[in-house]
Amino acid sequence: MLLLETKNLSKHFGGLKAVEAVDMRVERERIVSVIGPNGAGKTTFFNCVTGIYQPTQGTIRFQDRDVTGMAPHDITALGIARTFQNIRLFGGMTCRENVMIAAHCRTKAGVFGALARTSRVRNEERDMVYRAVDILRFVGLDEKQEGIAANLSYGDQRRLEIARALGTEPHLLLLDEPAAGMNPLETQLLMDLIRKIRDNGVAIILIEHDMKVVMGISDRVVVLDHGVKIAEGHPREIREDTAVIEAYLGKDHPHH
Amino acid sequence: MSSLRQAIKRHGSFFLVPLWAGILCAPFTGIAAATRIALVLAAGVLLAAALRTGTITRLAHTLFSGSARMQGAGRRLVALLAAPPSAFLFLAALCVIPLFQNDYYRDVLTLTGMYVVLALGLNLVVGQAGLLNLGYVAFYAVGAYTYAISSTRFGLPFWPGMAAGAAVAALAALLIGLSTLKLRGDYFAIVTLGLGEITRIVLNNWDSVTGGPNGISRIPRPSLAGYVLKTPLDFYYLILLMVVITVFAMRRIIASRIGRAWIAIREDEVAAEAMGINTFKLKLLAFVIASALAGCVGVFFAAKMAFVSPESFTFFESVLILCMVVLGGMGSIPGIILGAVLLVMLPEIFRDFQDYRMIGFGIALVLMMIFRPQGLMGAGKRQ
Ligand SMILES: Nc1ncnc2c1ncn2[C@@H]1O[C@H](COP(=O)(O)OP(=O)(O)O)[C@@H](O)[C@H]1O
Ligand SMILES: [Mg+2]
Repeated sequence: MLLLETKNLSKHFGGLKAVEAVDMRVERERIVSVIGPNGAGKTTFFNCVTGIYQPTQGTIRFQDRDVTGMAPHDITALGIARTFQNIRLFGGMTCRENVMIAAHCRTKAGVFGALARTSRVRNEERDMVYRAVDILRFVGLDEKQEGIAANLSYGDQRRLEIARALGTEPHLLLLDEPAAGMNPLETQLLMDLIRKIRDNGVAIILIEHDMKVVMGISDRVVVLDHGVKIAEGHPREIREDTAVIEAYLGKDHPHH
Repeated sequence: MSSLRQAIKRHGSFFLVPLWAGILCAPFTGIAAATRIALVLAAGVLLAAALRTGTITRLAHTLFSGSARMQGAGRRLVALLAAPPSAFLFLAALCVIPLFQNDYYRDVLTLTGMYVVLALGLNLVVGQAGLLNLGYVAFYAVGAYTYAISSTRFGLPFWPGMAAGAAVAALAALLIGLSTLKLRGDYFAIVTLGLGEITRIVLNNWDSVTGGPNGISRIPRPSLAGYVLKTPLDFYYLILLMVVITVFAMRRIIASRIGRAWIAIREDEVAAEAMGINTFKLKLLAFVIASALAGCVGVFFAAKMAFVSPESFTFFESVLILCMVVLGGMGSIPGIILGAVLLVMLPEIFRDFQDYRMIGFGIALVLMMIFRPQGLMGAGKRQ
C-alpha cells in the first residue's frame, strides 16, 4: 500500500537545481535507499518532504493527503519523522528527555494542567517516561537513559537520533546517513536495528553511502545525481546500471 | 607567578574596561576618585583573569580541596533550600524578619520581590524559549497604567484590576507576538526594543489618557476583606505572596512538557520543529505568560506607589531585569532570585555610587560573559 508519493518534486536555490523533478513512491513496511554523490540533493529532498524547505515545484502526498507546504511539526504529527545528517540532538538534555521531547505532539497537558498537576497530567507524564525508556531499550540505549546526550559516543548519538525520531510514533522514518562515522560493528548493529524498525511496521527512506549497507538492506534503491533521479530499481539492478557507475566513479573508470 | 604574567598578557585587553570606567567617571567624580575606581576595577579584573588561568583556582584547590567539590556543595545547598522543610523555614523567616526592620528595609525588600517576579517572568522568554526581549518594561507599564486608569476613572477595585492589568498586557503581547515571532530571532529583539521606547513615548504624550509626563496620581490602595493595605509592611506581604505563587507556578511549568519543549527550542529550533513541536505557538505562549506576569507586577507597583509616570518605565528597567536573568543564570530559578536580590540590594548598599549603576552593570555583564557565561548559578551544559 502506498504511503508516500512525490511528483515532479523540485527545489531550486537561485539558479541551482538542488532537486529537480523527482518522482518517488514508498510503500508501507519497505526500505527505500537514496544514494548519490555528495551534493546530489539527497538531504534537500528530505528537507522538502519534512516541510523544512518549501518545494519550488511539485507535490508531496502522504497517506492520501497533500502535505506540500505544510509546517514541519504538522507533518511530524501526521507520521513522518527524521534524523539529521549533522547530528542535531538536544545536547544539554538526558537521553530520556530527548525522546520525551518527541512525544510532545502525542500529548496534551496545557499550562493549566501543568499548574494544577491533575492526575490525568501526572499519568500522561508517567506514560511518556515509560514510553521513552521502552524506545531507548529498543535501540539499545536504556542503560544510558540518564546520560547527557552531548556526552555520548558518536555512534550512540546516531542511535539516540533514531530513538528520538521513533518517539514521534512515525509511519515513515527518514534516516540521513545514519551509519556515517560508525565502525563496522556499529554499522552491523544499525542494520539490524533498521530491519527491526521496518518489522514493526514503519517504512524507511535511507540515505547511505556504504554500499554494503544499501545493497544488504534495501527493497528498492533510488539514485540521485545533480538533483535528478537517474536510476531506480532493485539493488541488483542498480549495481549493474551504467549510468550509476558513471555518476559514482566517473566515465573512464573501469568496471570492478 | 609566571602564569599570572601570562594571564595579563593574554587578557590584557580586559584592562581596557577599568581604564574606560575611570575615564568615564572622571568628569563627574574628579581625577582622584576616578583613579580609585579604575584601580579597584583593575584589581577585580586581575583577580578574575587569574582565576581563569588557574593560579587562584589551584590555590582554592588546596584550600577547599577542589573547586568541583565546592560547586557540588553549592548545588547541594540549593537543593537543601528548595526541599520542603527548609523552604518552609526560609519562608517563615521571610515572613518574620521584616517585623524587626524599619520601613526603609521593608521597601527595599518589597522592591526586591517585585524584581524577582519580573525576572522570573522574563526568564521564560529569554532563559527558556531563548528569545531576546529588550522591551519587557512595556508590559510592566501596560499593567501599571491599566490599573491606574481604570481605578481612578472607573473605580475598578484592586483585585479585578490585577486581572485586567494581566489581561491587557497578555493581549498586547499576543498581538505583537503574532506579528513578530515568525521573524528571525534578532528581529524580535529589535522589535521589542522599539516597542519599549514607543510605549514610553505614548505614555509621555497621550496627555488626555495617561496624564503625560505628570503621570496619574491618587491611585486607590488595595483592600482585603475591608482592610485597606497601606503600610510598607502590608505591601511587603502582598509581594511575598506573589513571589511564592510565581515560584510555585514557574517550577511546575518548567517541569512540564511545555517547559521541556521551550528548552528544546532554545537548544535547536529546527530539530524541535522536526520533532513535532509547534515552535511559534510555544514561543508565543512564553511571551504571553511573561507579559501577563509583568502586567501583574505593574498593577502592584501602581497600587503601592499610588502614582505612576513614564519615568518609571525606561529602557534602563528592561536592561536591569535582563541583567538579573543573565547574571543569575538563565533558566535557573534560584539563580534568577539571586540575580534580582544582588542587583536591587547592591545599589542600595552603595547608595553614594547611584550615578554609576549603569557603568557598574555594564562592566559586570561584560565580565560575566567573559568568565561565566552560564550565570552565577546556571548549570550551563550539564556534564
Ligand atoms: N539552504 C541552501 N541554500 C543554498 N544551497 C543549498 C542549500 N541546501 C543545499 N544546497 C545545495 O544543494 C545541493 C544539494 O545539497 P544536499 O541536498 O545537501 O546534497 P546531499 O545531501 O546529496 O549531499 C548542494 O549543491 C548544496 O550546496
Ligand atoms: Mg546530505
